[in-house]
Amino acid sequence: MAKELMKGNEAVAEAAIRAGVTAYFGYPITPQTELLEYMSRRMPELGRVFVQAESELAAINMVYGAACTGRRVMSSSSSPGVSLMMEGVSYIAGTELPVVLVDVMRGGPGLGNIAPGQGDYNQIVHGGGHGEYRAIVLAPGSVQESVDLTVLAFDLAEKYRSIVVVLSDGSIGQMMEPCELPPMQPLKTKFPDWAVTGSEGRDRRFLSSINLDPAAQERMNFRVMRRWQEIEANEVRYKEYYMEDARFVVIGFGSTGRVALSAVRAARAEGIPVGLIRPVTLNPFPTKAIAQAAQQAEVMLVVEMNNGQMLEDVMLAADGNAMVEFYGRMGGVFMLPEEVLSEICRIAAGGLSTEGHPRDRWLNRSAQKK
Amino acid sequence: MEMNSQVIEEQVYNRPDSFVDVSTHYCPGCTHGTAHRLIAEVIDEMGLKGKTIGVASVGCSVFAYNYFDVDFVQAPHGRAPAMATGVKRVLPERVVFTYQGDGDLASIGTAEIVHAAARGENISVFFLNNTNYGMTGGQMAPTTLPGQKTTSSPRGRDVETQGYPVKASEMISTLDGASYVVRRSLHDPKSIRLAKKAIRTAFEVQIRGLGFSLVELLSTCSTNWGMTPVESMHWLENNMVPYFPLGDFKVHPAIAGLRF
Ligand SMILES: Cc1ncc(C[n+]2csc(CCOP(=O)(O)OP(=O)(O)O)c2C)c(N)n1
Repeated sequence: MAKELMKGNEAVAEAAIRAGVTAYFGYPITPQTELLEYMSRRMPELGRVFVQAESELAAINMVYGAACTGRRVMSSSSSPGVSLMMEGVSYIAGTELPVVLVDVMRGGPGLGNIAPGQGDYNQIVHGGGHGEYRAIVLAPGSVQESVDLTVLAFDLAEKYRSIVVVLSDGSIGQMMEPCELPPMQPLKTKFPDWAVTGSEGRDRRFLSSINLDPAAQERMNFRVMRRWQEIEANEVRYKEYYMEDARFVVIGFGSTGRVALSAVRAARAEGIPVGLIRPVTLNPFPTKAIAQAAQQAEVMLVVEMNNGQMLEDVMLAADGNAMVEFYGRMGGVFMLPEEVLSEICRIAAGGLSTEGHPRDRWLNRSAQKK
Repeated sequence: MEMNSQVIEEQVYNRPDSFVDVSTHYCPGCTHGTAHRLIAEVIDEMGLKGKTIGVASVGCSVFAYNYFDVDFVQAPHGRAPAMATGVKRVLPERVVFTYQGDGDLASIGTAEIVHAAARGENISVFFLNNTNYGMTGGQMAPTTLPGQKTTSSPRGRDVETQGYPVKASEMISTLDGASYVVRRSLHDPKSIRLAKKAIRTAFEVQIRGLGFSLVELLSTCSTNWGMTPVESMHWLENNMVPYFPLGDFKVHPAIAGLRF
């Protein structure tokens, strides 16, 4: 199929449509709004459901209701809006419903700004809503990958009755790139045996996240956690670049991973043996791949557009086998390849201090720069 | 003897088919059970059992799904109208209703109910107003009357600091998207009959595709009010009805003359 030049947010919307999304519910927020606008145009055209909700709180609960019918449903938002959705996300997880959510992250905390950020990592990967649930989290690094991961998101959501978050950011959402869209899938006509559709011809069903009996709730939690083990065993995805002989390994996700790749290429051109691991699934996290890399690497450099959130997961995976360094930008300031390159050069030059936490070393270095 | 008893026994009361044969968790004297039964009777009479999807809310009626023999989902506190919107938009041929308390509908869920009505969402809402937060033990609700004592207005609701009750039905009836908004009561047989008619009308509105319908039902909460069931019925009649007048606030012309 021919490639089309598309904006990230619109490409995600079209990919979702082609993956057979039956209903979309959302609320405007920059830098995600084009997704909602695109849906407002395309969904009615196809006879599908589009509702602009009165808030993200309502949007996620409309998604909750629609997901109960067993159809493919989704919402999208950006950081502050996603925060507002968290109660509903937990309910959806507690009801074991397949739902796709797109978070086009921006600078924060608070209202922050509309520039790209990655500060929602902890919220999305390590919880966000209350209670013990896990969400599958996919982190695209390009418009093409946004398309591919959106389609995958619907499949994984259904396969595991799970929430799947496509964790994008303002740069990927806003940029235009050529991409190949998937073929149009027909809408589902068969629905799972848990779907609430009206009880005609069968016994009644109900869907809820309530479980007043702690023992029963614990059994449910065990069941879901065993399913999570299956997800960990089968769904870890990551990309490796220049890893064969790498003595230094950069680790970054999403747009930062992509920026890091430019820096790694430039460092290779200077003869520095550096590689890159770009986690594509942030949950389940590519812990094994990183643990393995820690065996071969002298130093691992984690780069993120936040205050060092994935950093903690990398440190756990590295388990002291390699030194871990961190470099971050925050508040919506975009990381440039030159910055990552100069970090790689600093590390390759050796003589690094191992005092304290990598985040503190980074904070101290950035204080000295000023 | 046998002949005689056959003559004497005439069944005047039956458990509705859509009403599951279990005893409810509601307190003695609580009108949630009455409201449930009326809804189940109407579902039966209209032959809607297999087509209906209920949306339970958070409050004493959180377990409503245990009592209706229809498909059910259960929403987070206040979000039932949003959840019902999601269900109804995907399954427009189904009859979708929410069942919400006054804390759920008129406090934490105010935005959702207002906007579901404003969109003319084709759902029916049954709104139980018992002037307090029953499930959490009787705290002040948006509907608590001025001067009324609750566990969080122990000296009586002081309107200077705690504001005035919300008349949700009157407010919602001002929205163009709302087609049927009425208030009824459950304190005596006559009121209960009228309440049932209103519930029926709400479903008729939905089936005709006329949009949003809401029936507010003035209800009792004997346990948290600290009254006997009979005292509660009198308290409702003497205190709630004057503040929350019964009546029709909005009736779509297409159903104005409806008789059943
Ligand atoms: C987000 C959230 N906040 C608070 C609660 C606690 N809570 C449970 S029921 C309830 C009050 C319900 O009162 P109402 O809607 O009037 O219904 P009733 O119990 O009186 O029938 C509250 C505050 C909750 N479950 N969720």
